[in-house]
Amino acid sequence: MKRLRIFLWGLVGLALFLFGLFAYQLTQPKDEFVESAMIGQPIPAFDLRPAIADRPGLSSADLADGNAKLVNIFASWCVPCRAEAPHLETLRMSGAEIVGIAIRDREEDVNRFLAVYGNPFTRIGADDISEVQLSLGSSGVPETFVVDGNGVITYQHIGDIRADDVAMILEKLREAGA
Amino acid sequence: MKRLIALLALVLAAPLAAQDSLPPAPYAYNQLEDPELERKAHDLMLTLRCLKCQSQSIADSDAPMAGDMRHQVRTRLAAGETPDQIRTWMIERYGNYVSYEPRVTATTWPLFVIPFVLLLIAGLIIRGRLTRKAPAQEGAE
Repeated sequence: MKRLRIFLWGLVGLALFLFGLFAYQLTQPKDEFVESAMIGQPIPAFDLRPAIADRPGLSSADLADGNAKLVNIFASWCVPCRAEAPHLETLRMSGAEIVGIAIRDREEDVNRFLAVYGNPFTRIGADDISEVQLSLGSSGVPETFVVDGNGVITYQHIGDIRADDVAMILEKLREAGA
Repeated sequence: MKRLIALLALVLAAPLAAQDSLPPAPYAYNQLEDPELERKAHDLMLTLRCLKCQSQSIADSDAPMAGDMRHQVRTRLAAGETPDQIRTWMIERYGNYVSYEPRVTATTWPLFVIPFVLLLIAGLIIRGRLTRKAPAQEGAE
């Protein structure tokens, strides 16, 4: 009889534990971001044609030229990229060198986007079939990678850069040697 | 009035429909010429997760990015890479998350082991009951 009682209380305990576990997991915020596994890795070799006429294209060699940079993955059709534009401008004014990769974009659309929201980029490569984006382990637009002077990825920022991210991004860039 | 609303709705719907402005990658929707290679490509696509619509494989998804991933799979297979090499390439970039096929890893092994442990426990309990019952009946009043 006593053994049965202990067994039943054990069951109650187990049920409580499970419900507690479910309650805990259900109240945790869901992280939908897929992080790149390429952080700490050298940027894979690529060579993108210029996305617009008045900026050169982008290749992996440009990223290993000794200066740490921000690589911003954007698109004219991407709405959060518009919200991010003024903060990229702030980063540029603070001395960050920013290069862009335009995903699945037409030249006239990129031109129109940059005319409205500003052009903080020194180079813009056109990635028409997301090939470079996939090789970096990026899963959406916008995303920003910090790349050191040797072309090694040191940090990935997923989503648009907000006003309160600017200082942190500058710090990451400094850590990368800019 | 109704017509005007319908017209307005059509006009406003256009930019929503256009997620990006470029046509899909060449091998996003076109099959490989070699049926054997295409079969391999399709099998592999079923095991890769679309990163945009995370509960679909890239074979099932119409997201532009899934199309670009299918293009990678098909062109790499056509260039002579094996399905395993392509899977590894994807996992090197996106981690195990991109795998749409359960893999035994440091975090997932309990999922594969627990069913067997439970079966073993159940088996032991049943055996205990069956062997206890016979002498108990003999010793009953």
